[in-house]
Amino acid sequence: MINPYLPYPVRIAGVRVETEDKNLRSYWLTFENTNDAAAFRYEPGQFAELSIAGFGEIPIGIASSPTEGDTLLFTVNKTGVVTTKLHDMQPGDVMGVRGPLGKSYPLAAAEGKNIVIIAGGFAVTTLRSAMVWLLNPDNREKYGDITFIYGARAPGMLLYKDELAAWRRRDDVRCHITVDRQADGWDGMVGFVPTVTEQAAPSPDNAVALVCGPPVMIKYTQPVLDKLGWQADQILLSLENRMKCGIGICGRCNVGPYMVCKDGPVFTKAELDHLPKEY
Amino acid sequence: MITACKILGKDVFEDFFRNLANGREVFAPVQLTGKIVWGPIGGAADVDFSLDNTDMSPKEFFFPQSECLMRFKNTEGEGGRVMVPAPPLATQRVLLNIRPCDAAAFRLLDRIFMQDERTDDLYWLDKREKTILVGLGCVNPCPECFCTATGCGPFHEEGLDILLTDLGDRLFVKPLSGRGQALVADLPDAGPQDVSLAGDVAAAAAALVQRPAGFEPKKLAGRDVLDIYNLPLWPRLSETCLNCGTCTFVCPTCHCFDIQDEVKGEAGRRVRNWDTCMQRLFTEHASGHNPRGEKRDRVRQRFMHKFTYIPMRRDGELGCVGCGRCVRFCPTNIDVREVVRRMCENVEAISK
Amino acid sequence: MKARAEKIREIAKRLLQEGKVDVVIGYARGASPMREQPFFARTPEEAGQLTWSSFCVGNTAKFLVQAAGAGERAGVVAQGCASRNVVGLIVEKQVARDKVVVIGVPCLGMVDSRKVEARIARSEGRRVESVAEEGEELVVRGRGFEKRLKRKELLRDNCFTCQHRNPVLADEMAAEPTAATGGGDIDTVAAPWEKLPAADRWASFRETFTDCIRCYACRDACPLCYCKTCFVDDAKPQWLGKTQDVTDVASFHLMRAFHCAGRCTDCGACESACPQGIKVRRLTSKIEKDIRSLYSYEAGMGLDAIPPMTTFRADDSDDFIKQGGAQ
Repeated sequence: MINPYLPYPVRIAGVRVETEDKNLRSYWLTFENTNDAAAFRYEPGQFAELSIAGFGEIPIGIASSPTEGDTLLFTVNKTGVVTTKLHDMQPGDVMGVRGPLGKSYPLAAAEGKNIVIIAGGFAVTTLRSAMVWLLNPDNREKYGDITFIYGARAPGMLLYKDELAAWRRRDDVRCHITVDRQADGWDGMVGFVPTVTEQAAPSPDNAVALVCGPPVMIKYTQPVLDKLGWQADQILLSLENRMKCGIGICGRCNVGPYMVCKDGPVFTKAELDHLPKEY
Repeated sequence: MITACKILGKDVFEDFFRNLANGREVFAPVQLTGKIVWGPIGGAADVDFSLDNTDMSPKEFFFPQSECLMRFKNTEGEGGRVMVPAPPLATQRVLLNIRPCDAAAFRLLDRIFMQDERTDDLYWLDKREKTILVGLGCVNPCPECFCTATGCGPFHEEGLDILLTDLGDRLFVKPLSGRGQALVADLPDAGPQDVSLAGDVAAAAAALVQRPAGFEPKKLAGRDVLDIYNLPLWPRLSETCLNCGTCTFVCPTCHCFDIQDEVKGEAGRRVRNWDTCMQRLFTEHASGHNPRGEKRDRVRQRFMHKFTYIPMRRDGELGCVGCGRCVRFCPTNIDVREVVRRMCENVEAISK
Repeated sequence: MKARAEKIREIAKRLLQEGKVDVVIGYARGASPMREQPFFARTPEEAGQLTWSSFCVGNTAKFLVQAAGAGERAGVVAQGCASRNVVGLIVEKQVARDKVVVIGVPCLGMVDSRKVEARIARSEGRRVESVAEEGEELVVRGRGFEKRLKRKELLRDNCFTCQHRNPVLADEMAAEPTAATGGGDIDTVAAPWEKLPAADRWASFRETFTDCIRCYACRDACPLCYCKTCFVDDAKPQWLGKTQDVTDVASFHLMRAFHCAGRCTDCGACESACPQGIKVRRLTSKIEKDIRSLYSYEAGMGLDAIPPMTTFRADDSDDFIKQGGAQ
């Protein structure tokens, strides 16, 4: 029987500093055991608990897409005990991963539709997973238009710059990359995500939107979508809560009748409208 | 498979006890100064059928207050920091004279700790499988008990392997599961008078349980979550709460926990400890944002979780078994029955 | 007791009617036997629910910081110990003097419900269902029995040795002052374990706290514990483990006791709150005894007093600060 608290041992294969303030680092992790790799079947939108023995665990969205092979990608912000230790770790170091956890973005159910992705700041991580998955040749043809709107505070705070460059070059993706403030060397858009969304004016017809970002971004983007005619059940949001077990037992992420880690973290806005705002 | 009820004279209880204790550790309520606690029982003579329910629930037998989940060597490099799960329970156990409310509570917790194959909590499951529950129906319900109002009752059978009814000089024995059946197979069958008497005792006990006026949680069913969430009664109701966590710790259906790593020299372990939604830090983010930052939010959470959220997920089954411990031990004597009464009253007022 | 209850109701009603306070913090009839519950009366009508009895085992001063935070002027029903906590909170600047109206209650001691229960043979299946006070008698009723016990024999430990039964600060009084002390010798009783050799003291601590479940009811019932984040909850760094490891349990209680040094009024709310019946006061009563002998100081006796743990006097018996170490 599977012990759901026991992490799979993984090894850090690569580390990359993503942001100019060095607070966000990406980690490529490979499974020590091929059986574990085979068992870790995940979909975009899910997360995992990263475990460092002696320090603890943290719930982090999976940034890689399952189409990219067995190596997992996580991008982690340095804020506490575990993340500080992680930021000291190097390729070759061993740690643990538990998962995959949570519900994924309902991409299969959205086949045939247009997909609009709106990402703010660090929350773009699982949306990278969604984008890579959608743009994979096996999947791209099953969807209509794909719009990708992503904003960060400054150019140096954008994640996944290589992927962004590649996506902008494609003609089957509408990319709107923006930064809050102008900076040297940046020739792209300047403006907050809600404003850019208004300009891009993605149509709600036969579409779903995946929206991830800090509360303030969500707060100001929602009215834009309302004005464009988006219905609450077309908008998917990924919640952030304090989590511990990640498997719906310890109660920490309980919001209304749901455990965010198990029944979410992806919810439609329609579902959230009936929930207490305890996230 | 489950055969007739049996009868067990108290003068021959020792034989039955020996059978129970054969290869198993037996625990039962024992009286200490000022409190009744669960303790190991060495011999039949130590079993006291007249005790009331224990102060703390026997939740600890399945969900210890502190439990080591896994160990690791706290060293860098190869071999270090590899997690090894804690070993399963070494012995079989019996909880003798557990009350029906507590047994029902653990069935509710089964549905939380064991939700699907991928996430079944093996630590819980192991202990549950290795523990036989021999229940004792409550002839003298506690003053704070309100089990009959929550779908439970002093002779409720859910979750028990055997249910005993104390008839004075003998025990009426009802097997309720395969392993319960195996334990009582050799006992003499109960006669019709025994059956009838046991039924009377049970009915009399149920009648003694106080039905709190206005306590009708069914009235909360089907309501929009936000209707109950936004009731104006919450701020005043939460004024006197200390947010200590006593209620959650004495409650047999509370299951929240925290997981932490501890190291000492080269030894390390990952432990889980009981935690409580009553504390401010339970939901606080590293950023400082706290979805339940006000005391009112946390107090509301407890009552809505037990009486709204769990019923929504469990077809109306309440998250409370009416044992009354929270009423008894709350340092400010906040009464759950009164809270639910007011929730019902307020919710009805909305529709008017 | 009834007279006190009536007077409290009368005073509270008047204060609320006259708009002198936004809320009166006192006690109302409890839901369990031998328990009254803290109650916030916000209207003259609600003041009718206030009561007073031998079962007011919390500490109303606990709620003053909350009321202050909400910007409310609070009336507080307080006997000797609680009134000393009110003084303490004012001295520690958690509450403003002009935002508090103290309804003083000369106290006759509170009953320890566990002592009552111990007198009723629970092994005979008897649980206390109600307790009524008739003068100095407690009429204890349960299913099929009624027993009369002497109230004075069943008081809480701290009430036996109470040194200040009359309020030390009061804007209104609910009764005439009563005998100042509970009669017991507080210094003798304070710390029976201090005569033990060191190894046995540790065994005594372990035994005292062996049942602790880390619920923190003791801390949360205590008016002294108003820190936004208690030391036991700190995460960066984390000072104590959260398990029932004896080191961590003992450390929590020892450190909390020291945080109460020179501030504790021996109100007993901690012991009354503990669901496990732990004798939490074994540490604080010793510490306060030391404070009395070292500094001739009792907490909460005057608004101008300066608690000894917050200041240094030139004639302090420890001269290490002046001389850089007495070697």
